[in-house]
Amino acid sequence: MAHRIEVALKKKVPDPRGDSVKKRIENELNLSIDSVRTINVFTLNFGLDKDTLNNIGKELFTDKVIEICSVDKAIADDFDFIAEKGFKPGVTDNVGKTAKKNIEFFLDKNLKDNEKVFYSIQYLFKGDLTKQELELISKRVLGNELIENFIVLSKEEFNEKGIGCPMPVVKGDPGIKIEKFDLNKFSDHELMELSKERCLVLNITEFNEIKRHFNQKEIIEARKKIGLGNELTDVELECFAQTWSEHCKHKEFNGIVHYSDLETEKQETINSLFKTYIKGSTDLIKQRLKEKNSDYLIKIFNDNAGIVKYDDDTNFVFKVETHNSPSALDPYGGAITGIVGVNRDPAGTGKVGAKPLFNTDIFCFGNPFYNKDLPPNTLHPMKIFNGVHTGVKDGGNQSGIPTLNGSLYFDDRYLGKPLVYCGTAGLMPSLIHCKDSSVKEIDPGDIAIMIGGRVGKDGIHGATFSSEERHEGSPVSAVQIGDAITQKIMLDFVWEIKEKGWIKSITDNGAGGLSSSFGELARITNGIKIELDKVPLKYHGLQPWEIFVSESQERMSLVVAPENLDNIKEFAEKRDVELSVLGEFTDSGFLELYYNKKPVAYMNMKFLHEGAPKKHVKAEWKPNKNKEPDFPEPDSCLNELKNLLSSLNICSKEYIVRPYDHEVKGRTIIKPLSGIKNDGPSDASVISPKIKSYEGLVVGHGLCPRYSDIDSYHMSACAFDEMVRNIIATGGRIPDLENNQIVMWSVNDNFCCPDSYYDEKKNPDGKLKFAKIVRANKALYDFATAYNIPCTSGKDSMKNDFKYIDGNGKQIKISIPLTLLYSGVCKIKDIRKCITVDVKNPGDLIYILGLTKNELGASEYFHQKGFIGNDVPKVNAETAVKLYKALGKSMENELIESCHDCSEGGLGITLAESAFSGGYGIYIDLNKIPVKYIKRNDYLLFSESQSRFIVTVNPKNKEKFEEMMKGNVFALIGIVEDNEIFSIKKLNNQVEQADLQELKTAWQKTLRFDLPLERVR
Amino acid sequence: MNKVKALIPTGLGFNCEYESAKAFELAHAKADIVDLRDIISGEVNLFDYHILMIIGGFSFGDDLGSGKAIANLLRFKKIKGKRFIDLIKEFVLEQKKVVFGVCNGFQVLIKLGILPAFDKNYEEQNCTLTLNNSGRYEDRWIKLKFNSKSPCIATKGLEFMNVPVRHGEGKFIAENRDVLNRVMDNNHFFAQYIDPETNLATMKYPLNPNGAVNSVAGICDETGRVIGMMPHPEANLLFETHPHWTRLKRKLKDQGKEIPKFGEGLKIFKNIVKYCEENCI
Repeated sequence: MAHRIEVALKKKVPDPRGDSVKKRIENELNLSIDSVRTINVFTLNFGLDKDTLNNIGKELFTDKVIEICSVDKAIADDFDFIAEKGFKPGVTDNVGKTAKKNIEFFLDKNLKDNEKVFYSIQYLFKGDLTKQELELISKRVLGNELIENFIVLSKEEFNEKGIGCPMPVVKGDPGIKIEKFDLNKFSDHELMELSKERCLVLNITEFNEIKRHFNQKEIIEARKKIGLGNELTDVELECFAQTWSEHCKHKEFNGIVHYSDLETEKQETINSLFKTYIKGSTDLIKQRLKEKNSDYLIKIFNDNAGIVKYDDDTNFVFKVETHNSPSALDPYGGAITGIVGVNRDPAGTGKVGAKPLFNTDIFCFGNPFYNKDLPPNTLHPMKIFNGVHTGVKDGGNQSGIPTLNGSLYFDDRYLGKPLVYCGTAGLMPSLIHCKDSSVKEIDPGDIAIMIGGRVGKDGIHGATFSSEERHEGSPVSAVQIGDAITQKIMLDFVWEIKEKGWIKSITDNGAGGLSSSFGELARITNGIKIELDKVPLKYHGLQPWEIFVSESQERMSLVVAPENLDNIKEFAEKRDVELSVLGEFTDSGFLELYYNKKPVAYMNMKFLHEGAPKKHVKAEWKPNKNKEPDFPEPDSCLNELKNLLSSLNICSKEYIVRPYDHEVKGRTIIKPLSGIKNDGPSDASVISPKIKSYEGLVVGHGLCPRYSDIDSYHMSACAFDEMVRNIIATGGRIPDLENNQIVMWSVNDNFCCPDSYYDEKKNPDGKLKFAKIVRANKALYDFATAYNIPCTSGKDSMKNDFKYIDGNGKQIKISIPLTLLYSGVCKIKDIRKCITVDVKNPGDLIYILGLTKNELGASEYFHQKGFIGNDVPKVNAETAVKLYKALGKSMENELIESCHDCSEGGLGITLAESAFSGGYGIYIDLNKIPVKYIKRNDYLLFSESQSRFIVTVNPKNKEKFEEMMKGNVFALIGIVEDNEIFSIKKLNNQVEQADLQELKTAWQKTLRFDLPLERVR
Repeated sequence: MNKVKALIPTGLGFNCEYESAKAFELAHAKADIVDLRDIISGEVNLFDYHILMIIGGFSFGDDLGSGKAIANLLRFKKIKGKRFIDLIKEFVLEQKKVVFGVCNGFQVLIKLGILPAFDKNYEEQNCTLTLNNSGRYEDRWIKLKFNSKSPCIATKGLEFMNVPVRHGEGKFIAENRDVLNRVMDNNHFFAQYIDPETNLATMKYPLNPNGAVNSVAGICDETGRVIGMMPHPEANLLFETHPHWTRLKRKLKDQGKEIPKFGEGLKIFKNIVKYCEENCI
């Protein structure tokens, strides 16, 4: 017998949750509504006596000061419409899980597995609405049809029949079935059909290679011996699909590229972009460091995250990932999974993992104020924005990991596929029980263990799904919902047993699930035996192949020696962490899977991991010529400045930053927001990992995707430089190997690419798109090695496109611009020498460092004027490095009061932000700015030339500072004033002024959703 | 002299153990971070300590309302046959020791009814901490004024303090007017959010970050030894954890003054340790 316990706020108590729904309905749907109130509903699928139920409701679920509770009787009365939202069957229900746990405390006994509590929310609407509008509200504001069910009733309908007792129980038990495929009997066409039907994303070359392998005599005989025939099982087929997926194998970044540059008429064959440029640059830097007797690059590119040396007894680990496709379908669930998922990368690195230290997050969305028709089956960018933001916020905050750095970037080419970058850094002791913590150690006979959450259908085909462009029928099961608390409890457990020395190796379960985690670990011993029926399930009915590839979250895979198994089991019980023994490592050379003792897969390890045929990719670079802008110089530069300050990519992100906990653990030294009102935009953040030491880490990033519309080489160069100069501006130091100054840096490169594989019909501009990827890689190599700043981890996410058929039956494709994020971390010796962006004191001198050139191609200013142009900013590594060294020296000698880098929007934006963050006016003479080929005030103010900073200097340090900067391009251009006036003296010597507060308001208003909305582009 | 010992339960979603332990260590006490379940199982004995600090975090994800699920756990799970409430009473009333809750810890104490505990009744919830008026979780620095008339042992001699709040459910409400009057009249409240320009308690957002009634940021019981507050003093332990430190540094340098080493938040921990040194050892 099922029961419903409802909990509602007392009538007089305001309901902020309802109010925020009301606000969103008004803002996002332009509907007016009188009020929204909410009720929490807990549905129990098991029987208890009435008194117990009443006590459970009252004591466990109700805050008696503000709430009332009712059992098996609806509370809702005063409303016009009611909507109830609950999860669909099989979707993670965190509140339901906690409610069940609390009932167990109350009853002082454990409930059965199939005794469940389901959580749902009722929304009571008052106002003049139609039922259609209500359906729209449910879909757009309340939740997501993909994972949630809605019941919408009018008052009359509710009074007549009530809401019932809906329960999202997973029904049916299809019975276990192993499907078998004799690939020899499939035609090429049938193979492609099979690939499509099962979401395998395998191509003909790959199928042929699999066929060839399985037709070998030794293989046929070996299979016969253990009781498997010539046919592939579904488990094996799916395992190939996962292991050989673009997501896991990076086939295009590791493929053979035939690149021709039509500009220089040069042709070259590149054997793996990854090995040539990314790993290649790091290898070169490692070699140079070695010559200087430094080996801080400990383990790069062959674990879940790169490992570098932090100090004598600590290593540092940093990984940035993307979680784009799931976030397009379920923004909240996709994003929370993104952040708690990337937490597991450092946690699964090395022997026992690293303890999370901080998170980063960068999102790219379509315009949140987009008001044209949306492509079918896409969510509105505002909804994606809200969902992703809340998901990442919840995931990070609940895990107790400070969010240090991030940004938002808007362009309508992200409408079909938003980009959600999430990063986590961690620290690990360099030695664990006298053993090198970076080395995974496994011997045959060691036990394979899985801990954490249970396995369901969620996330099935995640790896293959993200390797494929989105289409209208994308599978629902590709969505997971992360649960930060379950994960935190699991990781706490790992950290407790780490101390005891029981773990020999660890890795996380991410894309590809067990197939990826144990598949990879088994390469160390060259074999493993796993019993899939030992995997704990969320509900019945999972097929063995589903168990093996499911991406259910919050799981880690551990390796323990047999003698420690009992200890670890006992401790897991004590900490209430589910642990299951799945099998053992072997040296048989095979991956062996069993279900109820019967073999379901027998795969040669070498073939599985190294047998995938190399992909050949064509790339052809030909620069395009855009129209040169021809608009005259506007009369007022400061009006232009104001407009730019309000633009989406420049405006204040405070409203989005505020809800992230950026200082839990009490070690955040420079916060993401700084200045007199704590609302200025920090260039980078600083954390001091050990509270008793003044050493620290500066964390920043660089991203400028629009430059790839002109030339992705310069996009990549500028993004790299932006990352570096953000960090330098805040107090980081550039390495100076010649003078033996080694500085620890750790960079993640994250490529998000549109489908760039050439196909005459499906992707006619594929060659150019791939050429852009090649060029971005070339710049990565050039600038990483010029700065001696190494990439230590990274990821590429291919096929970020969205295809659909429009109203006229025409096939449309939205492709993202090639988007490359560099996330960097630099170690500093003394956090007390860090600098913030805000001007500090009237009378301080304002300097510009670096040369301003006519570089407005793909700038924010041109974008606002409707142009792209051609003069994309270019980085000169030699002058940049020289400048960064001099600036570092000035900071070392404490000669700098504030420092802010110039990026989107150029100098004008940097000056305005520095001034209003500090709360003082400034006076600037544009004639004093060192320029090349610029004769217009607006170009001077908004050029996006790289490697520039605005710094302020105490007048008493003038000589010392100028002496230190000698040999670099720099100039004294103005002064901080004791007023609130922003003044510029223009090239014609006229002075233009604006009120500082007005500029600040222009900068703040765009994304302040608590204020009335302004529609901007 | 024996060192004062602080017990810091963690696990189950609490997450401020690192900085809370550091705070007590910087205040010259010893701090042990222990999984809450080891205290409930009786493996670790509360009475070996002088201070119990319930820290911030998201216990059980705050799935049933902030702090509620831990409050349920502590109410219904017995510790070696004894109720948690009875242990706390013995700890505070007989042994005169200190219970300190911050953020999620404050929410737990309030929902258990351990605060404000009129007439030493530690089992009756009559106040709550609920969703911020903004409807959102926010991390922002605010300024507090301390109530010199409050018996709270942690804020003796302190007047103002800059500290961050980091919560979504921190709005203090009393069950009714009488309860609120008693909280105010009997000086159970020891900290209020103020406007830094006037130094007066304020209802202005975001200076009062959550809309707390009478701007109440922290309350204690009548002994002054059970203490709960929403803001995080353990997040302001160093001079450089203050968001304006780069500005303050300039000012102090101009005035020829020395740059302090520690942040203001440490003073609260020093007060608690000092009280214990004088009264519990």
